[in-house]
Amino acid sequence: MKKKKKLRRLLSWIRESRSDYYENMTIRDDDEEVTAITKQEHKEDVERVKEKVYSDTEGGIFRKYRILYTVLAVVFAVFFSTVLLLTVSELPLTGELDNPANNEVERRYVEKGLEETGATNIVAGMILDYRAFDTLGESHVLFVAAITVTILLRLDKKERDPEDTKITETIGEAEEEDKIFEPHHDAILQKVAMILVPIIILFGIYVILNGHLSPGGGFSGGAIIGAGLILYLNAFGFEKTEKFFNEKVYKTVIFSGLAFYALAKCYAFFCGANGLDSHISKGIPGHIISAGLILPLDIAVGCVVACTMYAFYAMFRKGGL
Amino acid sequence: MTVFMCVLLSFLVICAIAVSFSKNLLNSVLIFMSYSLIMSVIWMLLESPDLAITEAAVGAGITSVLFFVTLNRIHSMFKDASGKKKVKEADGNEEKEKA
Repeated sequence: MKKKKKLRRLLSWIRESRSDYYENMTIRDDDEEVTAITKQEHKEDVERVKEKVYSDTEGGIFRKYRILYTVLAVVFAVFFSTVLLLTVSELPLTGELDNPANNEVERRYVEKGLEETGATNIVAGMILDYRAFDTLGESHVLFVAAITVTILLRLDKKERDPEDTKITETIGEAEEEDKIFEPHHDAILQKVAMILVPIIILFGIYVILNGHLSPGGGFSGGAIIGAGLILYLNAFGFEKTEKFFNEKVYKTVIFSGLAFYALAKCYAFFCGANGLDSHISKGIPGHIISAGLILPLDIAVGCVVACTMYAFYAMFRKGGL
Repeated sequence: MTVFMCVLLSFLVICAIAVSFSKNLLNSVLIFMSYSLIMSVIWMLLESPDLAITEAAVGAGITSVLFFVTLNRIHSMFKDASGKKKVKEADGNEEKEKA
């Protein structure tokens, strides 16, 4: 039965008749006339601005300053490139023995890293054990960046008063505008996403969980998962992603990740970079569950980064999660 | 390997210059994307795979996607809009002829 259906679909596709996918696809907006008019208006606006700025009569001021601007730009560019090139020529050569980078800190990390942190990936041992408070600061920087993007791009869900003309765009309007340029139910994109998204997200989870064994870790794995979520959102739209990722989930995940990290490592600010012994067994180096606190911290950072990346994208798209 | 490295580094310089000289913003973003990809290969050759993964995921992936969305939001992709408009106009003309 199923085979017959597929066969019929294939035949109809070969004959170039309408298929099931075609019916669902809405690359063009339903309300075509309105969008065509708005696009026309927008294009005319741009042409008018271009005329005003670049015309000989009205844009005389701009043209006068353009020469000055070019000269200044060239002077600045030459000056800064000379300074940077001079600085680079003063730097010590890579791999020299008496470089300032070759000191007892590096020797300690390389020689005793495996023994003291239990991580076979020395980079993970460095950034999540010896220098864990640096990474704590980094993840908070990311969080602050997400908050700033929220402040700048967030739109209200409710309709505003018509008299209050300061912010006229609401989240509904932004979604409408988003729909003009975005294809919905794109069959090709959906098929590809169906195959690729699970693989991408699984790879991201692998990179996070193996952060202490192989290259990778919380930040890169989280970025990969975020990219997978963005692909899923592009293919299936906000209605589907809102089912498992809304503002509440975002808040909970980010808060618990950052709070766990802060509770686990904030003492480093008081007792120095060497830290206290966590009394968690280091395990056998090379096993998944080993290296003490590094694995949970990796997972926390990964969750924070994935949520932040997805939130950035959603904020840019429609001004809200 | 040195030759390969030199080729990659020269590509890097070419990309960096081409980004600023490209008139089309969409092309700039695409060149920026390839810059990040070349950079991730260079990180790989410098034996820091951690950085290579991050560069590929963040630099070539998410940053460019954010650039695309921004371009979309400021309606810089005129090709799409004007292409559709042309279709619309053609449809309208046909209808007029029929009428």
